[in-house]
Amino acid sequence: MKKPQDLLDNKPRRNFVGAAAIAGAGLGTLALAPGLHLIQVSEANTPSQGASGKVRWGMLIDSTKCASGCDVCVKACNTENGINETLKDARQGSQWIRKIDLKNPKTGQEHSLPMLCQHCAHPPCVDVCPTGASMKRADGIVLVDRHTCIGCRYCMLACPYKARSLVHLPLTNQNPEVPRGQGCVESCTFCVQRVDKGLKPACVEACPDGAMLFGDLNDPASEIAQRIAKEKTTQVRGDLKLNLGVRYQGI
Amino acid sequence: MQTALTNRLEGPSFYALAGIGALISLLGLGAALYMETSGHHVTGMNNQVFWGLPHVFAIFLIVAASGVLNVASIGTVFGKKAYKSRGPLSGLLAITMLAAGLFVIMLDLGRADRLVIAMTHVNWTSVFGWNMVLYPVFFGLVGLYVWMLMDRKMYAYSKPVGIAAFIWRLVMTTGTGSIFGFVVARQAYHSAVIAPMFIIMSFAWGLAAFLLFQSAMYKWHGAELHESIRKRLNNLLGVFIAAVFYFVLVYHLTNIYFAKQTEFEQFILINGGVFSQLFWGGFVVLGTIVPLLLLYLPSMQRSAGAGTIAALLTIVGGLAFLYVFIIGGQAYPLDMFPGMEVKSTFFDGHIDNYVPSMPEILLSIGGFGVAFTLTLVAVRILPFMPQDDIAKLQASGALHD
Amino acid sequence: MKRMLIGLAAILLLAPVFATAGAPKPNVIIENPGQCIAPTAEMRVNHMKMLNHSRDRTLRQGIRGEKASLNGCIECHASKTTGSVLGKDGFCESCHTYAAVKVDCWQCHQPKAGYKHAEAAGVKP
Repeated sequence: MKKPQDLLDNKPRRNFVGAAAIAGAGLGTLALAPGLHLIQVSEANTPSQGASGKVRWGMLIDSTKCASGCDVCVKACNTENGINETLKDARQGSQWIRKIDLKNPKTGQEHSLPMLCQHCAHPPCVDVCPTGASMKRADGIVLVDRHTCIGCRYCMLACPYKARSLVHLPLTNQNPEVPRGQGCVESCTFCVQRVDKGLKPACVEACPDGAMLFGDLNDPASEIAQRIAKEKTTQVRGDLKLNLGVRYQGI
Repeated sequence: MQTALTNRLEGPSFYALAGIGALISLLGLGAALYMETSGHHVTGMNNQVFWGLPHVFAIFLIVAASGVLNVASIGTVFGKKAYKSRGPLSGLLAITMLAAGLFVIMLDLGRADRLVIAMTHVNWTSVFGWNMVLYPVFFGLVGLYVWMLMDRKMYAYSKPVGIAAFIWRLVMTTGTGSIFGFVVARQAYHSAVIAPMFIIMSFAWGLAAFLLFQSAMYKWHGAELHESIRKRLNNLLGVFIAAVFYFVLVYHLTNIYFAKQTEFEQFILINGGVFSQLFWGGFVVLGTIVPLLLLYLPSMQRSAGAGTIAALLTIVGGLAFLYVFIIGGQAYPLDMFPGMEVKSTFFDGHIDNYVPSMPEILLSIGGFGVAFTLTLVAVRILPFMPQDDIAKLQASGALHD
Repeated sequence: MKRMLIGLAAILLLAPVFATAGAPKPNVIIENPGQCIAPTAEMRVNHMKMLNHSRDRTLRQGIRGEKASLNGCIECHASKTTGSVLGKDGFCESCHTYAAVKVDCWQCHQPKAGYKHAEAAGVKP
């Protein structure tokens, strides 16, 4: 555990963050192929400057690679974000990411995909929130400010993806980087506590089949931007024209 | 010449009624406290149906509160003399019913302790945010309106304030309907017809609530409502009930026409279990057909009680409609992958089976208790009883059929 | 009527005397003295403002690494015996109970220092 002196004197923390950033940049420049980078950390802001509108975080999910019956992404999310409560009625439990199994009733063809908050550019949840607790950060991540959330659940009505959950009971033992509590509504944050350190969301990191890709949609050199420019991708309920941060392939 | 009516209740004593009303209200308050401290896991609500019975009752009270003001508006704004003496009672009911509706909906919040934050941090793109202004100003305007109607010195100002209150509540109820109308995500909502539908429903439910309370008041005073006035009010209720049915018809017909909405309509109208039963049995039969028969069949029109029963059934129908609209709209899953069978741990593709829990039932009924108790106490203190000068009304031709 | 008003005035004027008499002063234990981010007097007056502004900058603007961080406070001020800032002599709770100022933090923020972060499956630290 860090000595209190280290925590108060910001230099060690900045050093840590700086080291993480460099490590991240190092990882990022482990090119898969010339010109392709995992995350353009050098373009992202140093944490103390805050989120920037120049960046737009997004995700690309290839459902053809997603295995039915695999829920490693769900477990990783629950571990990272401290979602570990058990409820008598499972319908009351929070699910930030879930696996959806699809079956075409006419052909019998089946596939599965993870569904999470789509981090829309025009989020209906942000429009309807009475206190402005549901908000979109400058870099596109849609969050719930639990300091102002009154638990009215209007955002849950408005979300076209059923991304939001209400916390139905008192919580303890939260992850200090992911405060969450009774009576407030919550949803996937793209693991903002990790993204701000230059890491990838836990689900993306954990996927064993490489079905999930995370990156800066605004950076033409990022892998995700290049793949979206070259390959066919779709948005779930694209007719709603919400301009989603999460794109899918194979649906 | 007016007969002097006292404020004393005949029949059941005031204290017994107030005691029952207060008890029901306190039970509701206690239930809310229990939900607030334990968390919503003690309710029947979940992450699919998260607006449950309390929202049905609260929205009913809020919509009816706006509509009950109609009676006063018809007298002040539209100049119909038979309604003028009913203005103060109508205004009082508007205030108490809105207070009761807000009581229920605010106590059901996940963080009800944050009401001050809700009032100080307002997102103006949200109808709930507009409500932070719409509701308090409504209370203020109607309070002023009632004062001006009852205070002889201020009566001259009652018309401009009455017009302001009339317009304000049209805005307010349009907002209430738009809470649903603006939601593009769900098949039950995202329709422009919902706002005017709620306006018409406010007319019907508000007048029904007024008629119910008015007939109770007349009974307590041992007085009888004059037949011509009774006929006018009943006729108006009938017109509103028919208009509500028209809007509901248009809403469902349009949905049925769209191929992408057909399965949802089948769910609501045919194979939705409790939702279909409540729609046909509750809203159509009990809430529309039977009241219309009670109000318009010649044999029924002669009976003084038929109108009261029709008013009660209109309210039952309204609650049934809202249950299907609000809860059925949530129970039916989101259509994210059209044409596909969907399954998940979050119950995607699955029709939810919502059963209200005891705390929710107590809170919902507690709302009616609050409206009743507040109104009862107010009519005891101030002269809200409509006093009709029948001779004068007949002479001025206001009572012709 | 006059007697009632005099009695009421007496109760209202004397109430503060009875209210504070006998209330035990909080037992504030500073585990790491002399190392706070600002002098004690300033912290007493301003800590809530610091935390309020910091939380908006961190959450809404994504600014990390600020001086006034709730987790930073907890790490330093958590009781060495209970590991928490709550509890009877907990750093936050002792003063706040005495001052009868309810704080809203602990429904969402956990009050213990030294949280062991379980790595998500497949993530290398």
